[in-house]
Amino acid sequence: MLTVARLEAAYGRAQVLFGIDLDVAPGEIMVLLGRNGAGKSTTLKTIMGLVAAAGGSVTFDGRRIDGMPAHEIARAGLGYVPEDRRVFAGLTIAENLDVGRQPPRAGAPPWDEERVYRLFPRLAELKDRRAGQTSGGEQQMLTVGRTLMGNPRCLLLDEPSEGLAPVVVDAMAEATTALKREGLAVLLSEQNLRFALRVADRAAIIEQGRIKFSGPVSALAADESLARAYLAV
Amino acid sequence: MTLAAFASYMLTGLAGASSLFLVAAGLSLIFGVTRVVNFAHGSFFMLGLYLAVTLAGVFGRTPLGFWGAVVCASLAVGAIGVVVERLILRPLYAAPELLQLLATFAVVLIVKDAALWIWGPEDLLGPRAPGLSSAVPVLGRSIPEYDLLLIALGPLVMAGLWLLLTRTRFGRLIRAATEDREMTAALGIDQARLFTLVFALGSALAGLGGALQLPREPANLSLDLSIVADAFVVVVLGGLGSLPGAFLASLLIAELKAFCIGLGFSKATLVIEFLVMAVVLVFRPHGLLGRPDPPARATEAEAGEPIPPLVWIPVALALAFPLLAGGYAVILAIDIVILALFAASLRWLIGPAGLVSFGHAAFFGLGAYAAAIAALKLGWPMAAALAAAPLVAAFGAFAFGLVAVRLSGVYLAMLSLAFAQIVWSLAFQWDALTGGSNGLVGIWPAAAVADKTRYYALVLGLAIAAWLLLGRIERGRLGYAIRAARDSQLRAEALGFDVPALRRIALVISGAVAGLAGGLFVYSKGSLSPETLAIPRSVDGLVMVLLGGLASPLGPLLGAGLFTWLQDEAARRIEFWRALVGFVILALVLFAPRGLAGLLRRPRA
Repeated sequence: MLTVARLEAAYGRAQVLFGIDLDVAPGEIMVLLGRNGAGKSTTLKTIMGLVAAAGGSVTFDGRRIDGMPAHEIARAGLGYVPEDRRVFAGLTIAENLDVGRQPPRAGAPPWDEERVYRLFPRLAELKDRRAGQTSGGEQQMLTVGRTLMGNPRCLLLDEPSEGLAPVVVDAMAEATTALKREGLAVLLSEQNLRFALRVADRAAIIEQGRIKFSGPVSALAADESLARAYLAV
Repeated sequence: MTLAAFASYMLTGLAGASSLFLVAAGLSLIFGVTRVVNFAHGSFFMLGLYLAVTLAGVFGRTPLGFWGAVVCASLAVGAIGVVVERLILRPLYAAPELLQLLATFAVVLIVKDAALWIWGPEDLLGPRAPGLSSAVPVLGRSIPEYDLLLIALGPLVMAGLWLLLTRTRFGRLIRAATEDREMTAALGIDQARLFTLVFALGSALAGLGGALQLPREPANLSLDLSIVADAFVVVVLGGLGSLPGAFLASLLIAELKAFCIGLGFSKATLVIEFLVMAVVLVFRPHGLLGRPDPPARATEAEAGEPIPPLVWIPVALALAFPLLAGGYAVILAIDIVILALFAASLRWLIGPAGLVSFGHAAFFGLGAYAAAIAALKLGWPMAAALAAAPLVAAFGAFAFGLVAVRLSGVYLAMLSLAFAQIVWSLAFQWDALTGGSNGLVGIWPAAAVADKTRYYALVLGLAIAAWLLLGRIERGRLGYAIRAARDSQLRAEALGFDVPALRRIALVISGAVAGLAGGLFVYSKGSLSPETLAIPRSVDGLVMVLLGGLASPLGPLLGAGLFTWLQDEAARRIEFWRALVGFVILALVLFAPRGLAGLLRRPRA
């Protein structure tokens, strides 16, 4: 569904991505593992059009999306959940969800506020509270819910377990697998190997802007040296 | 003060607050969402009033005609705002914020000349509002009915905007985009469309504010800058992007002005709002109800190849030419070099130090007045008076720095504007020392440099010396520290730098050089008036710096040269020279965003 080929990106003159190849199919979770600064977030941002691609291509549903503005990529059915949450702090939870709302999309599970609240019941209790006054875990649920309101067919999740309490990590893991069962394609970036092994079907390891390993997650679980070489474990 | 007088001042102030709020609310919305500091907002207000005068004449003197004119004028200004946003700002959203500001300033010039062309230079008085033209007695004083209507209108518009922002999806998108534009784009919201709509709304509010002044003040061509200065003060005082803050600040400013006039201190109205803003910003760096800014993007002053050495040859020749040619070329060259020095001091502040000043003329003026007063009142010889200029200006910069270094971005820029206005009002009102509005006359250079060509040689020599000194500091250890403090305050502090102290040093250096330019200026003209340090000179300095390009030390010279020559040449030959200058600025901003100096660089690989 989402195919990334030879993707390159740079901040100013500093090149960060050197030819990334990735692909995700519907109903599949692909995890992009790597240390801090390896290029995980940049990869997701470049796919989303928030960082300009300097080379290579991104194909979504058979259509080239690299070079399109971010809002058109979102409207094509790609949902992006940023790493640092970025809730609209002055808006209430319900208002945040409304900002994410997009018209229903053929071939994607339709979302509304009520359904987000069923996925994350905690949000329903807080729906009139300003997002800036909620906890980190609640904000993480909110960003995921807000992106789902756009009815995406493919979800980019940037470090969904980062800095969260174990109970919230559990909720995120459950939510991610539930979304996969609905046929969403999920590409998530992680440093947390345990979270990755728990939810993902396939994994890729990124190091200094290059893919060093790509294969089924079971291969990663079987070969401890890989994790030791490229991840902070 | 009697209760009746109190009530009457109060009501006059409330009526003023309503129209101020309309303008400020639009400015605040536009800034919040697009981050554009829209200098042209006052021009939209002015257009609203002119259009309303014309339309009221067409629609006839009936209530429907009057209110139809007001509403149509407001809508028309909204449409003009859309055109400005689409044609001029849309290509610039990715550009540095200062370039956007420069582009909106070009719009100010163009709109002013368009208004001059359409409506002529005379003030135009509009009709009174049919049915509301009489006055109502309140505690024995008569209050115009129309004022009472305005008093009701302000809160109504505030409530309407509040409902729009909280109860509609459009409003929620505005608030979301005000907080994090990129995130709204990632959620599928078309920013370009949102920006256009917000610009339309903001401009229409400014137009409405102008149109509602129909029976209260005549339409005239100086409204644009005076209104935009007021509106900036209100928006900054209230806190950028906060509508309730803008409402509160409008009330405060309008009431203060009304009481100043009522109690007979009408001179104080020139400066009271800036004094209040300065005091508030010192204690509340984000305004009354503002929240801390999202971290600003760094100014992209750096980067790029050095200017090829060959470029220096024509520049040196051009500077040397007036020494041989004499005549008018010398007079123009003196102006250009002095203003280039002024612009160089401002570039030093904006570029390496990253501190934007909207009131840099204060330091220029302090230097000019110091030299003039030393020469006239103290009888100092020229050399001593010229030496006093940078010293006094540096002292002024130091004093300003004591309160200013805590602020950043637009807040700092506005505090510098307030500082300049306070210095200006001192120059304007302290008759005994400064000659007040008449200024000071008879400041002539020493006999050795009385000849214009010789004076030019002196100016050129001092300017080059100061310019080389600035360059040395910029490329030295102190310059690196100052740039580090600009690029990341936190990291610079972690490395052990005292960031406020570095900013103060940068301000003092910049102020001293501006003061030197001011001293040279006063001796070249022989006289001095408060205009020397008024807002337009600060704006001119900013325009020169940005036209020339921030990245290169050569920029200020190129910018000052082009701008001064264009003003001089065009003003003598064409009636609508401002519009011409505006179009030249727009062309440069749109097609040479790195300034004139940027054009000279080799293109990047």
